[in-house]
Amino acid sequence: MSLLKEPDLGTPARKGDATVEVEIDGQSVVVPEGTSVMRAAALAGMDVPKLCATDSLEAFGSCRLCLVEIDGVKGTPASCTTPVRAGMAVRTQTPRLEKLRRGVMELYISDHPLDCLTCSANGDCELQDMSGVVGLREVRYGVGEGENHLDAPTDSSNPYFDFDASKCIVCSRCVRACDEVQGTFALTIEGRGFDSKVSPGGLDFLSSECVSCGACVQACPTATLEERSVVDLGMPTRSVITTCAYCGVGCSFKAELKGDELVRMVPYKDGGANEGHSCVKGRFAFGYATHPDRQLSPMVREKITDEWRQVSWEEAIQTVATRMRDIQERHGTGAIGGITSSRCTDEEVYVVQKMVRAAFGNNNVDTCARVCHSPTGYGLKQTFGTSAGTQDFKSVDDADVIVVIGANPTDAHPVFASRMKRRLRKGAKLIVMDPRRIGLVRSPHIEAAYHLPLRPGTNVAMVNAFAHVIVTEGLADEEFVASRCEDYEPWAEFIARPENSPEELEEITGVPAADVRAAARLYAAGPNSAIYYGLGVTEHSQGSTMVMGMANLAMVTGNIGRDGVGVNPLRGQNNVQGSCDMGSFPHELPGYRHVSDDNVRDIYEKLWGTPILPEPGLRIPNMFDAAIDGSFRALFVQGEDIAQSDPNTQHVHAALSAMELVVVQDLFLNETAKFAHVFLPGTSFLEKDGTFINAERRINRVRPVMKPKTGKHEWEIVCEIARAMGYPMHYDDTSQIMDEIALTTPTFSGVSFDLLDRVGSVQWPCNENAPLGTPIMHKETFVRGKGRFMPTNYVPTKERSTRKYPLILTTGRILSQYNVGAQTRRTANVTWHPEDTLEIHPHDAEVRGINDGDRVTLASRVGQTSLHARISDRMPVGVVYTTFHHPVTGANVVTTEHSDWATNCPEYKVTAVQVGLQTSKVDADKAQVAVPVAGS
Amino acid sequence: MTDGLPPHVRLANEIAIQFAHLDFTDGATRVAKHMHDFWDPRMLRALFTYKDTTGQDLDPLAAAAVDHLRHPTDPQPPPRESRPQT
Repeated sequence: MSLLKEPDLGTPARKGDATVEVEIDGQSVVVPEGTSVMRAAALAGMDVPKLCATDSLEAFGSCRLCLVEIDGVKGTPASCTTPVRAGMAVRTQTPRLEKLRRGVMELYISDHPLDCLTCSANGDCELQDMSGVVGLREVRYGVGEGENHLDAPTDSSNPYFDFDASKCIVCSRCVRACDEVQGTFALTIEGRGFDSKVSPGGLDFLSSECVSCGACVQACPTATLEERSVVDLGMPTRSVITTCAYCGVGCSFKAELKGDELVRMVPYKDGGANEGHSCVKGRFAFGYATHPDRQLSPMVREKITDEWRQVSWEEAIQTVATRMRDIQERHGTGAIGGITSSRCTDEEVYVVQKMVRAAFGNNNVDTCARVCHSPTGYGLKQTFGTSAGTQDFKSVDDADVIVVIGANPTDAHPVFASRMKRRLRKGAKLIVMDPRRIGLVRSPHIEAAYHLPLRPGTNVAMVNAFAHVIVTEGLADEEFVASRCEDYEPWAEFIARPENSPEELEEITGVPAADVRAAARLYAAGPNSAIYYGLGVTEHSQGSTMVMGMANLAMVTGNIGRDGVGVNPLRGQNNVQGSCDMGSFPHELPGYRHVSDDNVRDIYEKLWGTPILPEPGLRIPNMFDAAIDGSFRALFVQGEDIAQSDPNTQHVHAALSAMELVVVQDLFLNETAKFAHVFLPGTSFLEKDGTFINAERRINRVRPVMKPKTGKHEWEIVCEIARAMGYPMHYDDTSQIMDEIALTTPTFSGVSFDLLDRVGSVQWPCNENAPLGTPIMHKETFVRGKGRFMPTNYVPTKERSTRKYPLILTTGRILSQYNVGAQTRRTANVTWHPEDTLEIHPHDAEVRGINDGDRVTLASRVGQTSLHARISDRMPVGVVYTTFHHPVTGANVVTTEHSDWATNCPEYKVTAVQVGLQTSKVDADKAQVAVPVAGS
Repeated sequence: MTDGLPPHVRLANEIAIQFAHLDFTDGATRVAKHMHDFWDPRMLRALFTYKDTTGQDLDPLAAAAVDHLRHPTDPQPPPRESRPQT
């Protein structure tokens, strides 16, 4: 067995400087005040038997197995619920305790199946372990005699785990995990005494409010809650610590395998981002990696109307190189380019941008962050000096006021949302700015102090109104502003103008001025106020302006440079941060250094032995425009489905169709591959070797769990293309790529695989000034020296509702699916979200004669699609909402060419549309029924 | 709503309107710097050509930015009546 068993100290660690010295079985130990006797004993090396206790949950004291004797204390208190006191002398092993524990175990076992040899948890069962530890040799009450629960039914409704009630010892760990760790409160103990049982609210698991995060399965000490994959395949035999390939939280997991077969993904307790928690995607939705749809052979075709032809790697690579060079000879060096992927590792991304700059000889490289967080890069660099969030995730534990703007963390960043909800349940105040009443606004034991349901497209007006209140009501942190910032006076003069008051802007935002004033005062009062935001900020025509507006807010209130504060982008994909850090933008080399900087270019020109152009290349939307005008003829696309994910599908398809060569490197023949001439099969995260960087700048190792199923790592393929084009590019292994990144990028100069393997993870900057990384940025000074206030003039979007298109469409994600669904649609997650639906307010539905579940048409000035309606008062009147996880729905058929003025990030969040009941037979015949790719 | 303009003109106008609240010369300089920092040269060339040929739908601030990019001296503001209302 090489399974990595993490130590469980029984109860959570306590923070604080005050310590207490106690004696456990004659051994002295010093622990923080408030620590339980159980934990102190474990730290002293004396594990106390336990069943209901685990160190991810607060002590509960129900199993009575952890009894101890304490000098001067009557009876045998439970060590899990008894805090240490100075001078306490504890005995954990005495004949009396042993007898008591055996008695407790006898009672448990008398109502538990004795099928250990055939049980799915055999070898991984705490009940089994404890029976051995207490020396249980007989059960005097018989087993299964008298009244018992041995015939209790199994709930197999959830596609990923079973609930076998016959094996439940009612320790409540699952209920408490759902409450304390996940914060969903879906489970309860139903009944009293002997009738007590775990219940998902009286329903089955699938029908309940359970979000399938797996926390209950993780917490269960027996086989009661068990992964279906373990039931089917048996216990894994080895573990590899790696990083999830879904959202930007970047959870660490133990990939547990039998041979080369992945049995389960178990969240890793020492993971810096997740600390042992997970969500339904990372925990369970990994089946896509071995899905039959996956392509494992390179393929080539002359025209996109031809059939694909499987070829050797050599032929595929040579085809790419030859045709790329031919196009350059006919149309110029700048006629080709590449797109990097936020789903790929830093090392894979780095080599693609290097291939473009060194082998292609231009700067036509961009990344899918273009369509999500490029405004974050621009806005935070302008104000703070670097393109990244300011905090680590732990920082939220110290926040007093949490502002969530244009983000839906419970769906899109669920593991961080659980951490945030823990803080909110402890009393932090919540302000939500979102047109939609997202789940956080009101959930168990959480209610937002203010939900400001602003009209789509009015973020900048809202942030200006906030700042106006702070400046004009004397709430600014003048000392911070004076010592840490610059350009305050012109900004303050601008923001104090009457046109920026909440009262003047009320008609624009649709939010009562009194609410805005009250919320702004709450944010300014803090004392620790933190902003968390998502694509509802960036994907607007003023996305960059809004990012700067939030940075202004944080600076004017002094909410920068310590725990509990900051401006925090919640990144969409696993490696958005890393792909941006790696020089994927056409104007920047790695580390966000402009290509026009001679000194920076000199570093790479010397190392790479080739000149680098000093002028920016094309961004993704520019590539499409240039393809249509004929000056851009070939594109290498790494792991991004631009034909589905980018706005104005018709325009994207026209651009792709106009190109002579489209090369797709991906797991699947996605929508973009329909326009491709060469398909290069990619590797899943289970095969990759490298690093991802999450939303808190944390560099996590992605370790190969198995060899590439395609026979080659993606970076090897890219190097081979470069070489075939005449540019020598070679690495012996992936660590050498990171070494080159560290050598050339000051913020990464201390990073190496060796360091990451030794310390787990680090947050950049990681260099001689911060050898173990930088959890909180801008502590003493900003990266750019002084924080810079930037004027944020509100300019309405050109996309406005009209008589023909009277509603505004905004888009987003749902918990069970991920982006264009290429991964999650190929898992059982389709159980929860088999198709995209249109959320519409009851009033807007009624005036159109639409009932819940009706199929409706959704039309904008650029396109039309159809989907089923879901009537929801979460939406404000006049605003409709859909997701974009299913290609047949084609949400981006209707989104437009409008984009952020600074970065070209598409304005996904504002599209004028009309919705109508789909009634005609012709329409019905054309209706696209969203069928999941597979339900495995 | 879409205005049917070539992409480089639409983008230039979108940048210009963000700086329209500034002093004209300052605004034109900032628009020019933004385009210089973020635009591929072929987009700049297309914009120059547009200004030199049709040009009528180019925001005056963007037009001044083009002048600034060609000749990095302070651009002259156009007559007040021809400037866009913001």
